[in-house]
Amino acid sequence: METFIKVTLQLAGGFGTTLALFFLTLLFAIPLALLFAVFAGSSIKPLKYLMRAFIYIIRGTPLLLQLMIVVYLPGIAFNAPLTKWQIFGGNVATSYFCGALFAFVVNYACYFAEIFRGGIENIPKGQYEACAVLGMTRSQTFFRVILLQVIRNILAPMSNEVVTLVKDTALARTVSVVEIFFAASELLRVQFIIWPLFYTGVFYLGFSALVTLLFNMAEKKLSKYWK
Amino acid sequence: MAILEVKDLKKNFGNTEVLKGISFTMEKGEVLSIIGSSGSGKTTLLRCLNFLETADHGTISVEGKTIYDGESAVLRSEKQIRKNRLNFGLVFQQFNLFPQYSVLRNLTLPPELNASKEDINNSGGKTAFRKQLETKGMELLTRIGLAEKKDSYPCELSGGQQQRVAIARALMLTPDILCFDEPTSALDPELTREVLQVIKDLKNSNNTMIVVTHEMDFARNVSDRILFMSDGYVAESGAPDKLFNAPETAALKSFLNNSLN
Ligand SMILES: Nc1ncnc2c1ncn2[C@@H]1O[C@H](COP(=O)(O)OP(=O)(O)OP(=O)(O)O)[C@@H](O)[C@H]1O
Ligand SMILES: [Mg+2]
Repeated sequence: METFIKVTLQLAGGFGTTLALFFLTLLFAIPLALLFAVFAGSSIKPLKYLMRAFIYIIRGTPLLLQLMIVVYLPGIAFNAPLTKWQIFGGNVATSYFCGALFAFVVNYACYFAEIFRGGIENIPKGQYEACAVLGMTRSQTFFRVILLQVIRNILAPMSNEVVTLVKDTALARTVSVVEIFFAASELLRVQFIIWPLFYTGVFYLGFSALVTLLFNMAEKKLSKYWK
Repeated sequence: MAILEVKDLKKNFGNTEVLKGISFTMEKGEVLSIIGSSGSGKTTLLRCLNFLETADHGTISVEGKTIYDGESAVLRSEKQIRKNRLNFGLVFQQFNLFPQYSVLRNLTLPPELNASKEDINNSGGKTAFRKQLETKGMELLTRIGLAEKKDSYPCELSGGQQQRVAIARALMLTPDILCFDEPTSALDPELTREVLQVIKDLKNSNNTMIVVTHEMDFARNVSDRILFMSDGYVAESGAPDKLFNAPETAALKSFLNNSLN
């Protein structure tokens, strides 16, 4: 029983890092994705194609590889390892965490951007035209009429993507971020107890359930109004 | 003075000339039906009047004031267009109500967003202003027989009810000229009747309206004048009886033959 509590606390510490990675990724990836979506739908051709190519590359390669590139490439290729960048004081763990966060943000921004673009393109042209003939400005049209419809359109695909993010955070251990899975592996390595590895599943499952629940509630709230 | 004067309006899409020089005038309170076969440019004409399309040539004047001139870019700034287009209202074939808002909110939102600071101050602040809009909205809903649906959402209404709400929404901004683009062609015959009834009532309260329609009975019985469009031109225009009983052009004759049978 005593070990159980100790293990739980240790894993909870790792899970804190997992959660930090999760929420910070969402916090930065969502606005970045909006920008990407605007660029990818831009009428400036070079910008549009560059953005789409970038999104294509990011979506077409494993996040694992992107993590490695962000965290290790500066050291290998330019002799400027991330740990020497003095990111937020230069603490090694912080440096790795920031590197991983950067990779997560860019990767998820690309996925989100595609979802946003789909959500925006699915709005019937008639909605914009109705706003126009009713004398609304562009920003009124977007913020008062279009935005909520976009949010409704993207809720389901976003829910999938966000639940995937919960699980993807486990990849951060490959670049030395001590998240929950890393913490469990340490217990195995140092104390030879294996069950904490499986116990991590409980944390992931609980958190995924919570995320799904929140999305379902939002969807329900919006679909009360319209089909 | 004519409430609307359209002179030599032309519109191309790429190399296709869709409007080849449309001219007509309307008097206040008049109901003008526009008929013509598919692709003759009826929708494009309404869209040019509402500035959803920019005409390439010609002028549009409302009560003697030129609000659009194909030659002059001055009348084309976004702000100017927004102001000018409020002379017109447009009711779409597909209603285009805002799905996330209740019926009453669909009516009050556009005038609220259009209101200037002065408008709001003159009516005694934001809350009072909104109250006024709601009162006006309820009056209109009562008129079209949908007062009890004020809190419903568009998806809870039948097509005919949605179209009546769309008409009320357009009326909230008191346009000088209300345009309809085939307002009933997405509706069953039964629902068509209730929408046409609303348009008839509007005629009785002296609204000026342009109705693009395939409903020949409506064009014949309700409108004061008919414009027959063919291939980007006004091929024939005049009183309904004249057009229906004594069509002059071959195009109108064959159009009437096809639509009456
Ligand atoms: N945005 C556009 N781009 C290119 N061509 C267009 C566009 N809008 C309309 N057209 C063309 O202009 C012509 C006239 O179209 P319009 O919609 O005005 O006809 P209409 O008289 O309203 O026909 P209907 O009775 O079928 O509604 C058609 O040949 C159509 O293909
Ligand atoms: Mg049409």
